[in-house]
Order: sequence, then structure tokens, then C-alpha cells
Amino acid sequence: MTPEELYLILSRYAQSQGFQLNKDKEMVLEILAGLLENERRYGHRSCPCRLASGVREEDRDIICPCVYSRQDIAEYGSCFCGLYVSGAWNEDQIEKVSIPERRPPRKVALQ
Amino acid sequence: MSPTQKRIKVFTLSTCIHCKKAKAYLSECQVPYESVDVDLMKGKERESIIAEVSRYNPRLTFPTILIGEEVIVGFNEEKVKKALDQ
Repeated sequence: MTPEELYLILSRYAQSQGFQLNKDKEMVLEILAGLLENERRYGHRSCPCRLASGVREEDRDIICPCVYSRQDIAEYGSCFCGLYVSGAWNEDQIEKVSIPERRPPRKVALQ
Repeated sequence: MSPTQKRIKVFTLSTCIHCKKAKAYLSECQVPYESVDVDLMKGKERESIIAEVSRYNPRLTFPTILIGEEVIVGFNEEKVKKALDQ
């Protein structure tokens, strides 16, 4: 699958969930290339902005869309990576901040 | 911006967009820097780098940017610019 193909699938997914893909398509395609690289590397699409263990069970919470994304979109308008955002975020109606990591440190892969 | 004499080291993930943006910005500022893609490391080398990043940033998030004595977590252009200018 190419990033462009994944873009089309995830645009529809985002819409169905009430959020959107970041309007910066160039950035989104880079993020999707990272997701596909992780899938090739580990067999699952773990968040490209977080250190994965490569073990599915340990990475479960950061398989995209990560379990933290909804809360981050609700609170900051964007997920940790900047892939999924709210309509207000895309329309520049809210301040764009760097999203703090919500994942507990103990979950970060050490292997 | 005048080139800084400070040592700059960036801990990154090869797949991370914010890490790529951080490195692109440092290159744009024409400052020399060292960077390590932690996700590409394996075994003892990986353990040792993770221990090093954790000392600077216990949450082990990326990019973790060292500019002299300053640690910047995540890519924030303003913070990086300020640290380079100081």
C-alpha cells in the first residue's frame, strides 16, 4: 500500500469518527509513510512518533489510531502525531500546541 | 542567526515527522548537530541510548533535543531558536 492509498482510506475513517486528517497533506503523507514503515518492520501500524517495542501486545495502545488520540483531539484538537485533528484545528480556530505525551512512561518500550 | 558553538544532539525516530522537522530546522539554521535514530538501534546499543535519552527526558519522547545544557522535548521552533541564540 502506498501513503496515497492509505490517505484515501483514513480520510473516510476520520470522517466516520467525527474528526479529520490534518489539512497539511504533505505532512500527513510523511506520517503515513512512517506508519507503513512500522507495519513493514513490526507487522502492525504503531504510531510513527513513538518508540515501539515491535511486540504487538506491548504496542497495542499505540497502534494507530492510538488509545490516547480521542482524548488529545478533544483537549488539544490534534492527536500526538498531528495526523488526526478536529475541524476547529484545521480551521485555525484553536491554538496549535505541541501535544504532551499521555502514554505512561512505564509503557515505553525498553527492548 | 549566527552559528552556535554549543554542542547539539538530537535523539529521533526515523519515522517521526516532528523529528524530521526538528532536523530540517537545525539544518536551515546552519548549525552542526549530531542525530541518532533510536528506533533503528538494536540490542545493547539501543539499551544504552534509551538510558541516555531517559536521563534527559524520562518520558522518552521524540525528538529530544540537547542544545548545550538545555533539553528541549518535542520540536518547538521558538524554543530551539532561543536556545541557539542564547
